Amino acid sequence: MESRGLRIALRAWVALVLLFLFVPVALIVLYAFNKSNIESWPIPGVTTHWFSVAARDAQVRAALWLSVRVGLAATVLALVLGSMVSFALHQFRFFGRDAISLLLVLPIALPGIITGIALNSFFTFTSIQFSTLTIVAGHATFCIVVVFNNLIARLRRLPGSVSEASMDLGARGWQTLRYVTLPLSATALISGALLAFALSFDEVIVTIFTAGAQNTLPLWIFGAIRLGQQLPEVNAVVTVVILLTLIPVVLAARIAGAGALSRSGGGRR
Amino acid sequence: MTYTAGTRQLTQVAAGAGQGRWLRLSTVLWRRPWARATLLLTPPLAWFLLVYVASLVVLLVTAFWSINPFTTNIDRTWSLANFQQIFTTPAYLSDIGQTVAMAAEVTVTDAIIAFPFAYFMARVAAPRTRTALFVAIMLPLWASYLAKVYSWVLIFTNNGFLDWVAGGLGLGHPQLIYTNWAVYAVFCYLWLPYMIIPVYGALERVPDSMIEASQDLGGRTWRTTRSVLLPLVLPGLVAGSIFTFSLTLGDYITPLLIGGTKANFIGNVIYTNIGIANNVPFAAAMALVPIVIMGLYLSGARALGAFEAL
Amino acid sequence: MIRIRQRSARPVRSASVIAAGIAALTLGVAACSSSTSTAPSGGATSAGGGGGSSATAQAGTSGLTVPTANLPVLQKVGKGEGQLNLIAWEGYLDPSWVKPFQQQTGCIVNAKYAGSSDEMVSLMKDGGGGQYDMVSSSGDADLRILYAGDAHPVNMALIPAAKDFFPAFQAPGFNTINGVHYGVSLQWGPNVLMYNTKDFPAAPTSWSVLYDPANKGKVTVPDNPIQIADAALYLEKTKPSLGITDPYELTQPQFQAAVALLTQQQPLVKKYWALASEEISDFQNGNVTLGAGWPYQVSTLKAAKFPIGSTVPAEGATGWADTWMLAAKAPHPNCAYMWMQYISTPQVQAKQAVTYGETPDNAKACAYMDKLQAGSCAEYHANAPASYLASISLWKTPLATCDNGQNDCVPYAQWVTAWNTQVK
Repeated sequence: MESRGLRIALRAWVALVLLFLFVPVALIVLYAFNKSNIESWPIPGVTTHWFSVAARDAQVRAALWLSVRVGLAATVLALVLGSMVSFALHQFRFFGRDAISLLLVLPIALPGIITGIALNSFFTFTSIQFSTLTIVAGHATFCIVVVFNNLIARLRRLPGSVSEASMDLGARGWQTLRYVTLPLSATALISGALLAFALSFDEVIVTIFTAGAQNTLPLWIFGAIRLGQQLPEVNAVVTVVILLTLIPVVLAARIAGAGALSRSGGGRR
Repeated sequence: MTYTAGTRQLTQVAAGAGQGRWLRLSTVLWRRPWARATLLLTPPLAWFLLVYVASLVVLLVTAFWSINPFTTNIDRTWSLANFQQIFTTPAYLSDIGQTVAMAAEVTVTDAIIAFPFAYFMARVAAPRTRTALFVAIMLPLWASYLAKVYSWVLIFTNNGFLDWVAGGLGLGHPQLIYTNWAVYAVFCYLWLPYMIIPVYGALERVPDSMIEASQDLGGRTWRTTRSVLLPLVLPGLVAGSIFTFSLTLGDYITPLLIGGTKANFIGNVIYTNIGIANNVPFAAAMALVPIVIMGLYLSGARALGAFEAL
Repeated sequence: MIRIRQRSARPVRSASVIAAGIAALTLGVAACSSSTSTAPSGGATSAGGGGGSSATAQAGTSGLTVPTANLPVLQKVGKGEGQLNLIAWEGYLDPSWVKPFQQQTGCIVNAKYAGSSDEMVSLMKDGGGGQYDMVSSSGDADLRILYAGDAHPVNMALIPAAKDFFPAFQAPGFNTINGVHYGVSLQWGPNVLMYNTKDFPAAPTSWSVLYDPANKGKVTVPDNPIQIADAALYLEKTKPSLGITDPYELTQPQFQAAVALLTQQQPLVKKYWALASEEISDFQNGNVTLGAGWPYQVSTLKAAKFPIGSTVPAEGATGWADTWMLAAKAPHPNCAYMWMQYISTPQVQAKQAVTYGETPDNAKACAYMDKLQAGSCAEYHANAPASYLASISLWKTPLATCDNGQNDCVPYAQWVTAWNTQVK
């Protein structure tokens, strides 16, 4: 459908957008090697000293570890609760179905600061101490919808004939779920889980309002940015995080890509 | 009950009496679908109602209270004073207007940037390129939001990266730091991946046969795009716009770091009132404004079918 | 598309469940809250969020009582709990004095930074308290924390280093009420006028440079409602007809004049800084050449070899006197007392004073300061603080009751509203 000129224009557009997306990220990586602890252009000098500072910094390790724990907990909760509600909404027609899907979308549709102050007032009102649990509660709430969206989109595209065939062969509902439906929706669950983890890992605003004295990685970064004394250390930590997450992201893309191919086979109406 | 069992699990079914309990439970659930539905729905709904909705309700109620101005403890006398103050102070009204306008501008801009990109990814790129592009847009999401915004400070600052590039190209000194243009650019940057992904999803689902049929009927590229592609992709665009609109509506960190003296957005007002002045009731009253705005936006989005495309 | 349509006999009424739940919750919250009031004993109430005149405490705060005044103090410092959660100004927890403390006592310090007194008050109340052990609050936050019941009485016998403090800081009115101490005084200093020495080879002699249209777009001032007092201080000297005697106790006409001055200043301001690092990087990158800031920014820029100068102009300056206040529900009281003792010793006071650029409360710190940086004792007036102290208008919370007994001073809530709606 596209003419050659259009294809060239599209390629140019994609290149420009990629440039736009990556220049700031490249600057983050570049300034991880900054000699001075104040950020100014051009870079005054390079050193790898900040990477060793970050590696030895106990606060960074604690913050990173807390972020990972919170992310895992929120993702597991989101997977369990999100799949439960996906299956329920997919299989049954009932009055109020639309209301529930609206309810589920609210945590990401409403700005984060509102979720944050709402949870903050609620925990204060009910005298619940701020702790890792309150952070996880905040994160899980918007992670559920991410898993839900991915899973229900996939469930809608699964051919109904497969589960019917499974049941014709005598499998019970639970067995159909375990041996037929879940494997077919595995990729949706995985990409939903990865996206949920990413959202939780980088979450700032809701966490500011639901965390106590402990720091997740974004909170530690915010404190370091306020101080202005350790900016290259922040960049070093972020660089390492980007490198570490490259692997799961590539995996996810491969899986999603494979899913796309299977979708194109079965989903056309 | 005999089955021509080819599968492992069916032999297990026929096997022990220990399976009888599960079989009975399974049968009960099969015969009473509402039991299954309730079982599936109760934990997530309980979570949502007891945690999220309850906290929104507390917020709603707090908006009608006020605080002791000296100790900032909450004083539970009911009044509409907070709302009165918001809607009669010109500064707050202009803050609200400014935020909504910015959110709309960012949404439109991101939609325009995302569409050709997503089109290339979905319809032109080879599968290998597609995977690479997918990784490329997911990767910035893993670089910390704060670090990215701070990078933009470096780009926009006096004699920063942008000034250097513009100077090299002979375009003079843009001097964009602490202006609303800078805030606009950073918002467009931050939320772009959230717009690309649903648009790509929607474009990917458009069957080739539709495009071919349109061309068979004589439509050229632009006509096909306008009359066939865009309506099919609209739910994806609207789904992405939910993200860009709401994320801009409530953000206060970017205006804090990048914005200048005029950058007072709804998020900033809420934040200064709760995080600093500790005037939770006023912050709650202010927070109801974006809730109402997003409520209206969501009903519009649902009518346009965006929920299918999320 | 899967078409497992279960025609159930009883449709699940989820929507009505949701609606009923929300209604019940709202009614429940409304019912159980309208019967109670959470104002502390003696505190009066006000109408609306920050607007309107409010009849708060009597002259000074003599009508109020501190809710936690009768809590039992710690009798003996026991074994450290291994952790210490502190709310601090940026620069108050420098590794050069935190690391030795951690090694000596085993109490690991977790820092939460705050950029304004308001933030500190707010953090202390988060989640009903119990998160943090101490806060390094300034005079204007101390009383608000005390009267809200968020501070705990301190046993000064467990902090022997405080005996060496200057008399003015042994039991000052902002952290000691009726002989009960709620924290240990820390250090104090002025809000200085900062300038780029390349653009201003001679130090400016007056705050007027911050209000001069010639400096349009080159000025930065703190994003803090207490800045209105800085404007009032300037007007005290330049417009005596207004009759301002105390920049924190302003009648309506005086208040309006100060706000008008700040509104006039707004086009000159490049950025109202909320984070200390913002001001540092703005000077560094040439975004601004003049500003009001803390000595911390000056020290950091000097350490980066930037041509920065700072001065207290002829009109005087506002300033702050800080206290390490003990939280009412501090989770690690033993570590908290160890910190209070440690931070009050002359050597540590000197280190903090020289690194940050402020004046220590411990009279014996002077000698140590000169060892760290020659001449620093005199530079920061650590040896003759009484007269210097008198020239600085320390932060205090503006109340409706003025010190002269009148009731027409503008309370802080209006400062906040005016700052957010008229100045910014």
